[in-house]
Amino acid sequence: MHAPDGFLTAATAVSTGVLSAGLLGLAARKASDELDDKQIPLAGLAAAFVFAGQMVNFPVAAGTSGHLLGGALAAILLGPGVGALVVAIVVVVQALVFADGGLTALGYNTLNMAIVPAFGGYAVFTFARKFLPSTAGGVVGATGIAALASVVLSATAFSIEWLFGAAAPVPFDTVFGAMVSVHLLIGIGEAVISAMVVSAVLAARPDLVAGARDLDRVALSSARKIPMRAFVVGALVVSLGVATVVSQFASGDPDGLERVAEDEGFVDTAEDHALGNSVFADYATSGVGNESLSLAIAGAGGTLLTLAVGYGVFRTVSGVPGRRAAHELAG
Amino acid sequence: MTVPALEVAGLTFCYPNGHPALEDLSFTVDVGERVALLGPNGAGKTTLALHLNGIHRAEAGSIAVAGTELTDTTLPEIRRRVGMVFQDADDQLFMPTVGEDVAFGPSNLGLKGTERDERVAEALAMVQAAEFIERSPHHLSGGEKRRIALATVLAMRPDVIVMDEPTSGLDPAGRRELADLLQTLDHTQLLITHDLPFALEVCPRSIIVSDGRVVADGPTPAILADTALLEAHRLELPFGFDPEFLTRRHRPAA
Amino acid sequence: MGAGHAHRLHVPGDTIVHRMAPEAKIVAAFAFVLAVAVTPRRAVWVFVLHGLLLACWIARAGLRPSLVVKRLAVIAPFVTFAFFLPFLAGGATTEVLGVSLSTEGLWGTWNVLTKSVLGATTSIVLASTTPVADIVRGLERLRVPALVTSVISFMFRYLDLITADLGRMRTAMVARGHDARWLWQVKPIASSAGAMFVRSYERGERVHAAMLARGFDGTMPTLDDRRASPAEWRMAAIVPMLAAVAALGGLLT
Repeated sequence: MHAPDGFLTAATAVSTGVLSAGLLGLAARKASDELDDKQIPLAGLAAAFVFAGQMVNFPVAAGTSGHLLGGALAAILLGPGVGALVVAIVVVVQALVFADGGLTALGYNTLNMAIVPAFGGYAVFTFARKFLPSTAGGVVGATGIAALASVVLSATAFSIEWLFGAAAPVPFDTVFGAMVSVHLLIGIGEAVISAMVVSAVLAARPDLVAGARDLDRVALSSARKIPMRAFVVGALVVSLGVATVVSQFASGDPDGLERVAEDEGFVDTAEDHALGNSVFADYATSGVGNESLSLAIAGAGGTLLTLAVGYGVFRTVSGVPGRRAAHELAG
Repeated sequence: MTVPALEVAGLTFCYPNGHPALEDLSFTVDVGERVALLGPNGAGKTTLALHLNGIHRAEAGSIAVAGTELTDTTLPEIRRRVGMVFQDADDQLFMPTVGEDVAFGPSNLGLKGTERDERVAEALAMVQAAEFIERSPHHLSGGEKRRIALATVLAMRPDVIVMDEPTSGLDPAGRRELADLLQTLDHTQLLITHDLPFALEVCPRSIIVSDGRVVADGPTPAILADTALLEAHRLELPFGFDPEFLTRRHRPAA
Repeated sequence: MGAGHAHRLHVPGDTIVHRMAPEAKIVAAFAFVLAVAVTPRRAVWVFVLHGLLLACWIARAGLRPSLVVKRLAVIAPFVTFAFFLPFLAGGATTEVLGVSLSTEGLWGTWNVLTKSVLGATTSIVLASTTPVADIVRGLERLRVPALVTSVISFMFRYLDLITADLGRMRTAMVARGHDARWLWQVKPIASSAGAMFVRSYERGERVHAAMLARGFDGTMPTLDDRRASPAEWRMAAIVPMLAAVAALGGLLT
């Protein structure tokens, strides 16, 4: 997600830059409420943790690995204000000191990688907790859902920015479809690892999980273990749900946004977009009467297809899935 | 009667989980004394240290430094007068360079420019570390970090120095250098440790704290020679260390 | 994306680029990249000029071109995406080696490729010639809020300690036969990350105590009084000014 310079137009870079700076100012104010005078050392150490956390490779399948993005996790552990600020600082440093992500891309990179996942992820977390039991298990489950959603929200944010300031006239639907389906897979990893990190912190120092401050000791100790495989299956179900919801989102608003973009002249070749190359692009014109239903099918279908292809690739690459390491450990 | 450098009276403190850490703890330290505060892990030694310059605030009891009682109004002055050297030097050295770190305390006292630079140079010279001023603390050895952590508080010109486990993580040479260094300083010193030979070498007097209370207070050789007392509070002399030797060696002085 | 972070990019040296005041260097880098970003994609000759200006900086900084190229690997994922543009974009098409590709898409690839390479190379020159502490100092002098600069400074101070911690936990896992290949075997790694968070947070609390003990009152003292001289600013302005003129030329033609 560290987009380099020139990926979106200069106007998009400047406007997202202004937007991000303003939102980070708000985040900083919120951060000083969340941490008071401890904020400098604690946010500094938290930034080091997020930075180091992004270097931790975790296995995805058949020995391939991914790494944590950490926006939602930081928000849940530290509170959304500190979380957004800390991850944004990490993104800025990666651009300045590690040449990772363009300098003029900082506006949209901080927006997509810090602000959207931290605040969006935290909002989903708060919402999900309403439906889950007030126990450590409930917090862990909500973390998984929030982490998955945060990655998808990032991808969505990028797609919307693309709509306004694309480097090439690739239709919104194509970019959106590709970004969201790829990020659903990434999001499952993010969900699993974020949830387990929160679970580990809850076990050691429950008071350090900002998103679980409301739980008392009794609620925390009634934690039931969530079996790993059940968790993965749960994550798949959630991702299908997200795809369905996101596809609804795609139906109305972005078309509206595209129209705005056309009117304002942001997208010089917007007339091409309506006939995207994506299989699931622009379902409103596909002849299915119920637009919502058809979009939901498209979203869910897209996810299943992605997962199926992903699974097929991993199987082919790995030969015998999952057994080798288990045997080595047992032997 | 002279005013003691440090006076702790009836200090009581409970952890947030309700477990008592300090219970009615009292002792005094006279000006220029070097006192070892001994005790097993979990005895409340570090908690006590955090009270001495007001990072934890007492629930009951009082702390006075050279006659000034610790209150909200005297807090900044107490923090200047009591220099705390923390157990993990990496916690204390947080600035990018040694020089900036030593300057942190004096800056908080409102010093600027050459006056501040003089304080930094003076403090680094006292711990024989003037050449490290531009270095990053990250790449220094354990002994060097400890000496610089000491310099960061010396730069505030404290009356009392409190060191938490000063020898932890030091190699024998680093430990020797620190012992020599501490004996050259004429500040009042309270060394919190479970390194008994170090206490014997540096501090003429020792206090044992166990379960949040003072259980013994006297000349270090006498305390270390009391095998039953040490055993009762999970303290042990290193293997091969003969308590008889203590009383013999120190008899002329005592 | 995360692979390049383990080591810093700074290459010690004593060249005119290394000695430039950090605040002037940061502003110059931003200004140059901005000039590149606003250059219209079809003004090919302007990109050539930008490239030459950047090459001057690299040469004066004494950086090996091979090193710069190696470090450009960080932009690979997005550049890969750029190569798909001609296949995905709509509009008029062009025949390339018998394949019909979108003309706009091809220009899109060119645009992303040149701008991201020029931009990333600029960041690499900045990071290679400026130690981290100086970058933080430069940001401070540019009036970036003290909250942000001190958080960055703390982050760098403790990053190596945390990664070393994490490395030791990982070694301890591998030493006991841990070899995770699937997502559901991730638990020990996640637990170690959780432990790392707790340790980091607790260290933050101890550092805070150590700061209070030395009279910290919530604001970091300013320890740095130096500012870049007008001469230093003028020196730093040369390359971005030329790039801006070139970009303007590109916009007008």
